[in-house]
Amino acid sequence: MSEKTLELTTRGDREIVMTRVFDAPRRLVFDASTNPELVKQWLLGPPGWTMPVCEIDLRVGGAYRYVWRAADGQKMGMGGVYREIQAPERLVATERFDEAWYPGEAVGTVVLVEQGGKTKLTQTILYESRAARDAVLKTGMERGVAASYDRLAELLPSLVA
Amino acid sequence: MMTTFRALAEPNRFQIVELLRDGPRPVGDMVHRLRLRQPQVSKHLRVLSEAGLVDVRVDAQRRIYALRPAPLRELEVWLETYRRIWEGNYQRLDALLDEMKAKEKKRGRKKR
Repeated sequence: MSEKTLELTTRGDREIVMTRVFDAPRRLVFDASTNPELVKQWLLGPPGWTMPVCEIDLRVGGAYRYVWRAADGQKMGMGGVYREIQAPERLVATERFDEAWYPGEAVGTVVLVEQGGKTKLTQTILYESRAARDAVLKTGMERGVAASYDRLAELLPSLVA
Repeated sequence: MMTTFRALAEPNRFQIVELLRDGPRPVGDMVHRLRLRQPQVSKHLRVLSEAGLVDVRVDAQRRIYALRPAPLRELEVWLETYRRIWEGNYQRLDALLDEMKAKEKKRGRKKR
């Protein structure tokens, strides 16, 4: 399997597809994606964010709920319902942000394929419309830019001194 | 940006853009390669041209189309930032998985 490079592409006009290889068997990757104590250690988004709420009811029809918090107190929440659970290879769940800036609910699918002790993760997010998918990508960009400014702000005092 | 996405969302237009990545081509050549009818290809090329994705130049009797890199670069920048946020997540997951593997190994040793 190829090295640990995240591949991100759009597919058709409503999907975002990401693939990434991890140097661990897939039951560990599955565990790290479904055990709340583990999820809140890595699913944090841009630098400086923490995850004070991470609740997962891992059964078909069960809900999950995530809340992130930025250093300035700003909060962002999302949640959904599990539609398919096939440990340790496949997870399908709906997802919607509390203050969704895009229309409709999205469906996220995670597929884990293990080979020689490594795991290839493919994450697909299917949005209800092209407009929704594009809006998500656009926010990704804005957040990324904001995050770089934050780092610059941290750097500035040391540069001035 | 939306115009770029809309123009690329149609599979035949996406294929035209893929073809043009290798260099400029006359319309006739694309008709042949895509196995579409000339009016269809011309219609798609018009949409791509309106989205600013391609340029046309007339060489004798032939219309030669070429890719304009600017909108594609914009799309790439867009995807890149989203990618970076996820890459941050996945790097933390790498570290966590290493910890989990180390713990399992330790437990395995104790059992024996």
